[in-house]
Amino acid sequence: MALWLRAVFVWFAFLSGINSGMALADSIREFETPSQKVRYEQLIQSLRCPKCQNQSLADSDSAIATDLRDQVYRMITSNKSNTDIEDYMVARYGEFVLYKPVFESHTFFLWAAPLLFLSVGAIVFILVLRAQRKITETEF
Amino acid sequence: MKKVLFFIPFIALVILGSFFYFNLDRHDDQMPSALLGKSVPSFTLVNLKTNDIITQKDLPQGPYLINVWGTWCPACAQEHEYLMELSAKGINIIGIDYKDEMKPALDWLAERGNPYSKVIFDEMGRLGVDLGVTGAPETFVVNSKGVIVQRHQGVVNEAVWQSLKSYMNE
Repeated sequence: MALWLRAVFVWFAFLSGINSGMALADSIREFETPSQKVRYEQLIQSLRCPKCQNQSLADSDSAIATDLRDQVYRMITSNKSNTDIEDYMVARYGEFVLYKPVFESHTFFLWAAPLLFLSVGAIVFILVLRAQRKITETEF
Repeated sequence: MKKVLFFIPFIALVILGSFFYFNLDRHDDQMPSALLGKSVPSFTLVNLKTNDIITQKDLPQGPYLINVWGTWCPACAQEHEYLMELSAKGINIIGIDYKDEMKPALDWLAERGNPYSKVIFDEMGRLGVDLGVTGAPETFVVNSKGVIVQRHQGVVNEAVWQSLKSYMNE
């Protein structure tokens, strides 16, 4: 195979590996420290795209997600904390942008529900077990 | 009595199942704005028509509408005619030309008419982000105290206006 043809093949393989322009644009972001890069990646995965729900900022290709990724990048490189960035997003798009809801009085039930259901289940389980034991005791 | 108790998990399952089933197709395209009850965010941008600096201090005393639009947005073209009607009725509408270019935007207003008392040129979409905009068109109702009282995502038409109107006097 001619060398140039091989080069073309390699190039196409490379292009198909990049699934979108978004990945391409983000890969050229430069950070001062590796920790900033890690924080950036984590933040855009933990923030929901306000337009295309059920996609994170990292997943979405919509214009608003691109703008918000830029904003996260700007805030990280100007040494804003993760809390600052989350507060910024919540102030504009509401708590809905956080994939992990805050723990406050109005979200108490949301957080407590699993524990509540588990304890109800446990109580029922114990009651049934006791009832069964009584039946077996009386039978024999 | 005991038998009824045994059916509780089943009944709970049916209730939960139907709840999930009927919410499957529900899409919240009308999210409550995080800015309700807050004043319009501050900005320093350019007035599309006059090319002068425009800030939040140049906003009217209210009540008024803020309409986010762009020439790239097909639904905005659809909505434009109705905005012209509203403007003819004397409703004060402030336009935000969102993530747009100046020349096509000016052409758009020249061709279709200008329903806006002022148009803020938000080329980079920063004011849009501060308003929690997710796209265009979006319309905010600002009351006489300068507080945002309602937001509508999508085209404004007669039906939508009837519901927005009630917020104007809040």
